[in-house]
Amino acid sequence: MAQLTIDELRKRRKEAQKDIYLREGRYEGKIIVHMGTCGIAAGAREIVSAFLGEIEALTEKDVILTTSGCAGLCSMEPMATVELLNAPSVKYGNLTADKARMIFKEHILGGAIVKEYAIGIGSEKGG
Amino acid sequence: MALKRIELMLCTGTGCVAGGSFRISEALEKEILKQGLEKEISVIITGCNGFCGQGPLMVVQPDGIFYGFLTPEDIPFLVEEHFLKGRPVHRLMFTPPEKKEPVPLLSEIPFFEKQLLLVLRNKGIIDPENIDEYIARDGFTALEKVLISMTSDDVIDEISRSGLRGRGGAGFPTGTKWKICRAEQKTPKYIICNCDEGDPGAYMDRSVFESDPLSVIEGMIIGGYSIGASLGYIYARTEYPLAIKRMNLSIASAKELGLLGNNILGTDFSFDLEVRQGSGAFVCGEETSLILSIEGRGPEPVQRPPFPAQSGIWGYPTVINNVETWANIPVIINRGAEWFSKIGTETSKGTKIFSLVGKINNAGLIEVPMGTTLKEIVNDIGGGIPDNKKLKAVQTGGPSGGCIPSNMIDIPIDFESLTEAGSMMGSGGMIVMDEDTCMVDVAKFFIQFTNDESCGKCTTCRDGSEALLEVLTNIQNGDGKEEDLEFLEEASYAIKDASMCGLGTTLPNPVLSTLKYFRDEYEAHIKERKCTALVCKNLIKYFILPEKCTGCKLCLKNCPSEAIKGELKYIHVIDQSKCTKCGTCLDVCPPKLSAIIKVSGKETENITGIEEPYPVKRRSK
Repeated sequence: MAQLTIDELRKRRKEAQKDIYLREGRYEGKIIVHMGTCGIAAGAREIVSAFLGEIEALTEKDVILTTSGCAGLCSMEPMATVELLNAPSVKYGNLTADKARMIFKEHILGGAIVKEYAIGIGSEKGG
Repeated sequence: MALKRIELMLCTGTGCVAGGSFRISEALEKEILKQGLEKEISVIITGCNGFCGQGPLMVVQPDGIFYGFLTPEDIPFLVEEHFLKGRPVHRLMFTPPEKKEPVPLLSEIPFFEKQLLLVLRNKGIIDPENIDEYIARDGFTALEKVLISMTSDDVIDEISRSGLRGRGGAGFPTGTKWKICRAEQKTPKYIICNCDEGDPGAYMDRSVFESDPLSVIEGMIIGGYSIGASLGYIYARTEYPLAIKRMNLSIASAKELGLLGNNILGTDFSFDLEVRQGSGAFVCGEETSLILSIEGRGPEPVQRPPFPAQSGIWGYPTVINNVETWANIPVIINRGAEWFSKIGTETSKGTKIFSLVGKINNAGLIEVPMGTTLKEIVNDIGGGIPDNKKLKAVQTGGPSGGCIPSNMIDIPIDFESLTEAGSMMGSGGMIVMDEDTCMVDVAKFFIQFTNDESCGKCTTCRDGSEALLEVLTNIQNGDGKEEDLEFLEEASYAIKDASMCGLGTTLPNPVLSTLKYFRDEYEAHIKERKCTALVCKNLIKYFILPEKCTGCKLCLKNCPSEAIKGELKYIHVIDQSKCTKCGTCLDVCPPKLSAIIKVSGKETENITGIEEPYPVKRRSK
């Protein structure tokens, strides 16, 4: 490996920061893919790969992807919930990899809810 | 590295490794493959997380969920439930004692909540064996700043103004030490990192090297730049294999990137580091002995002055600082002296790492601002004493420190307050003792330790510790005399006054502080042959209560010295002449019976052990 100059070190730091962004707890958007047995059977894992591929292509990594259990609407699986900072969460259903990529571009990056795939805004009340 | 959606930060500090964390990592890798999640999840090997009492443990990112007490058997379920199906597993989370609901998030566990991480800022967040992860967390930005915009004097001035004091124990102002060395004309100059951590129960330095070795190395490079040294040594004990491995790896990868060696980062400044291993002599933590050990000579303290900063290794000016001191340097440079000096108390700035061990619920490694009270550490971070026992004392500063009694638990932790209380900061060992601890026994334990470790150069330390040990042993055995206490005090002051190095001048502290705060315990041992904590074997007896014994033979079968007489449904009797006071009978007697008791002092007088067993039936008559 070459000996670094100060500028090269700074560049290397920027690159390296992408690899550890998950641990710093700073993110603007969060995608939750529902991975109950129903979700997995309906193809939720493909949805995970599609979202991951999109996040990977970002230069500024500020979106994280997590999974959670069945959302209760098994007939509409695979489902995902998108949470952007300071905005209500949105649930999407009957997803495919292509729909996921489109939601990523329009909603997560563009801020516009993809109404045709959205099945609800906000979360049900706990209690 | 391809992008992952989950990172499992698996602790591989020595504590967790001993608990089997490498078996956990194997099980995780295997199960992740089995579930086809290898492209989505990675296992990151980190240094010590700090919550050692819960090990083996890991933190799941980005959610920040904490799992402890992991076993390889838990892993298949965990991987499927949480990482595949997204349902965090409650049973593996941390549940505070006496609470029912677990606390899923690391950030909400009280143990972590009250801490302030400067030195340990990267613990559990980076892989200590991957230099890029250190760089990503603003690693080497302090070095950049120094090389671009600061002169050596600027750096020393910054460190002086920050108020940083040496973390090895004595608390000497770091900036002043550097200034003295910088002013010396003689060259070459050297710097040394003291990682010869020898206090029983202390493992701060080891953990810093295991979790974030490059922060120490960056601090040392900056130190070299400031005083004009081109070579530094890291002195560690051989019994820290993992820390040494990570030191060497870090030095090699820093060299590869041009962060160590000639013309660092393309500048005129050159600096290199070497690791030296000691074989674990306690006296090597003393700086002049350590220097002799690096030179290949027998470690014995040398009279100061001249101080190492004037004439150190091979007779050249040498700055020697503790691991934690070095790791503070990049933080101070990055955040500034003003910011740093706002943390802590009037005289003690910044944070301090403690290893919190002994009779405490949450044993582990903690970093708190100076000025935090002992009470906050024991009750809030430590989660109190197990089994609803009472706190008796906290021992700080290792064998050189003293015991602080429970009624002084409100004192703030800083250099001055601890010294005033008859203890000292030391390097940061903190041993919590409950009501079952005998203070005479504690004093003897530490004197035994320093007596073994005394290098033998000064008569007062060598023979003085021997004399203290003899008298303490007599007291423990019930052979103490009333004038012994006066002798202990007199001998202690003589050792303090006439020994040369820190080992000798502080070794009587455990005796003096226990005499000061727990004199009644010493007196009970001497006058009543009573050990109130029921620890000292010669002063206690075990006794089977005839009204409670059911003759189940459990104690009889388990007694290793065959000291229990009896047969089934006969009330058992302990033959006191054979009893070795091991306590096995007390441990095995079923709690609902509690037929065995331990007594001391007057109560032992009527227990002869010559009675014969008799049938349980006869008891009712």
